[in-house]
Amino acid sequence: MELSRKDILDMESLSADEITLILDTADKMREISERPMKKVPTLRGKTVILFFYEPSTRTRTSFDIAAKRLSADSLSLSASSSSMVKGETLIDTGRNLEAMNPDVIVIRHTSAGAPHLLAKMLKSPVINAGDGMHAHPTQSLLDLMTVRENKGQISGIRIAIIGDISHSRVARSNSVGFTKMGADVVLAGPPTMIPKGIETLSVSVTHNMEEAICDADVIMMLRIQKERQQHFLFPSEREYSKIYGLTDAKLKNAKDDVLIMHPGPINRGVEIAYDVADGPYSIILEQVTNGVAVRMALLYLVTGGIRNANGD
Amino acid sequence: MLTVIKGGRVIDPGNLDDILDIVIEDGNIVEIKQGALADDENKESKIIDASGKIVAPGLIDMHVHLRDPGYEYKETIETGSRAAAFGGFTAICCMPNTNPVNDSRQVTEYIIKKAVKADIVRVYPVAAISKGLKGESLCEYGELKDAGAVALSDDGNPVMNSQLMRRALEYSSRFNLTVISHCEDFDLVSDGAMNEGAVATKMGLSGIPNAAESIMVLRDISLCELTGVPVHIAHVSTRESVRAIRDAKKRGVPVTAETAPHYFSLTDASVKDYNTNSKMNPPLRTEQDIEAICQGLVDGTIDVIATDHAPHSIIEKAVEFDQAANGIIGLETAVPLGLKLVETGIIDITDLIEKMSKNPARILGLKNGLEIGKTADITIIDPEISYCIDANRFQSLSRNTPFDGWDVKGKAVLTMVGGKIVYQYTT
Repeated sequence: MELSRKDILDMESLSADEITLILDTADKMREISERPMKKVPTLRGKTVILFFYEPSTRTRTSFDIAAKRLSADSLSLSASSSSMVKGETLIDTGRNLEAMNPDVIVIRHTSAGAPHLLAKMLKSPVINAGDGMHAHPTQSLLDLMTVRENKGQISGIRIAIIGDISHSRVARSNSVGFTKMGADVVLAGPPTMIPKGIETLSVSVTHNMEEAICDADVIMMLRIQKERQQHFLFPSEREYSKIYGLTDAKLKNAKDDVLIMHPGPINRGVEIAYDVADGPYSIILEQVTNGVAVRMALLYLVTGGIRNANGD
Repeated sequence: MLTVIKGGRVIDPGNLDDILDIVIEDGNIVEIKQGALADDENKESKIIDASGKIVAPGLIDMHVHLRDPGYEYKETIETGSRAAAFGGFTAICCMPNTNPVNDSRQVTEYIIKKAVKADIVRVYPVAAISKGLKGESLCEYGELKDAGAVALSDDGNPVMNSQLMRRALEYSSRFNLTVISHCEDFDLVSDGAMNEGAVATKMGLSGIPNAAESIMVLRDISLCELTGVPVHIAHVSTRESVRAIRDAKKRGVPVTAETAPHYFSLTDASVKDYNTNSKMNPPLRTEQDIEAICQGLVDGTIDVIATDHAPHSIIEKAVEFDQAANGIIGLETAVPLGLKLVETGIIDITDLIEKMSKNPARILGLKNGLEIGKTADITIIDPEISYCIDANRFQSLSRNTPFDGWDVKGKAVLTMVGGKIVYQYTT
């Protein structure tokens, strides 16, 4: 089976079948990273541009490694090193990059919809590596992969996503992705961090963290950003952590086989207690490992998948 | 030479509504009656056949951005005037957020001079409430009035300082300058890029709540009550604002209000796919707001339909949504969008003419109306022509409209300013 779309922009546009195809492909890709020789020739001669308008360590490294393990040539471009600082528009930068014949453009941008704008203008496949507060589809896919691997399936499980839902593209993409795959999603956070109308994504909402975690199979904690204090979203890290931080004490009411996830970077001692992040329920680093596999799968699929690999 | 507009349905709200002929001589209306031509057979006359059409007092758009001086690549006084004429407007009021800002005699006089030179429609400058639109100090209203300003507004910016707003109302009343308020609470808007709600949440865009507008509407109503000086509320977009204005009017507060065609034609759903031509301030709201705005138009809470014509070039619009400029052009789409309200039975044609001609004239103290002795500013509308809106054929320099490609019915087919035909539709 092939992926019949040019771009990976958000979870909304992917069908459940496409998501399953991506996850199945990622499962196969994962093994490559476990070999002593971690490289296959599949994307030899292909060029992947990683255009990161916003700082990123994990996602950029993950894409870079994914491209290299498939033998693609990858190069990174950040906003500060690109012509965007000279006032070039996103569309112009995109067209210039395309003029150099890349096979995939991966973009992270501070503005919601920036990858969509680029995808509309360019013939190359565009993969969204995070756009503003909107979407982070590759994160959602790696989260789905990690849950499926640990629980055997996604359908029927209950996942609690806790933290600043308003500003989180991960919460949005996972709300869409997990519900699409048959999971129940409950979002929890203080009322200041729950955006209006989020329930239209077929999720439930609570302001009570204990309520969210008591029957959850998966707890996903979101990073809290200090800057948000200036926007009156919460009074202090101290109080936030007390009410919405994941601690051993709070975990006493969770299921015995609960899984703890976090898209990173984590603030130890704020949204997640030091011990909990490294504790027995945590699969946070597994997420990172699977991130490479999911991105390998996506690079492989958007460049033509099996058709491409058999050619030449 | 005489001009005779013959056989049209002549509507002057509250005054005339009949099949009549209008005779125009030396720029003025000299006769309005049935069968006018027969009496004047001996004189040389130009006949305009208006049968099957609506003959209305010239439409006035009291909320337009002409971008001149400063942003002439978006619009000039000349191109904006031409777009107005094509849209059926005989007069437009241009907002002061140019570069430099119209907060001085020099800029006001420049605008008037350029408009006279263009010689298309009447252009009435709206000067700034505060110097540089900064909300810090009052402009010299006496000087601005003398130079030809007809109203005051910091449009584009709210006057956040309530004390300054109070004093602006009090001081302006000495000069009979209408104060037009752009109601927006900056703090509540914060980094909002579109209407707050499910659509914004799904798209990951910061939302602007309805209260960001209505809080300021309520404040201005309070200041209006405090000072007794009329306030005109610009571009009403929310149901809460409609309710606040309705309640105030019931109490006898001298507040008036306008809305724009997009606020009764589109919801925030049209921001889908990050369409920057659906980005404006205030933002497109919801079905419930559209309903309230229509109700406000029906019961007279909203006095005026004005376009908030806001030209932007592709440079400001073909960018990331949150970076894109606010605003859409409206001069050349207002009549068909207004007629849609008539077609769907929400208001009748007389109401529409009242809101697009009579009421703006009343609020601003401008001449208007189809009466013998008055200046012949006349708009002829054919409500039956069906066509597809094609932005590429606009007279405006800009193309930023969400209505491109819409199938509509009805358009202005002739615009006459002071007896002179400044636009005539040809098939």
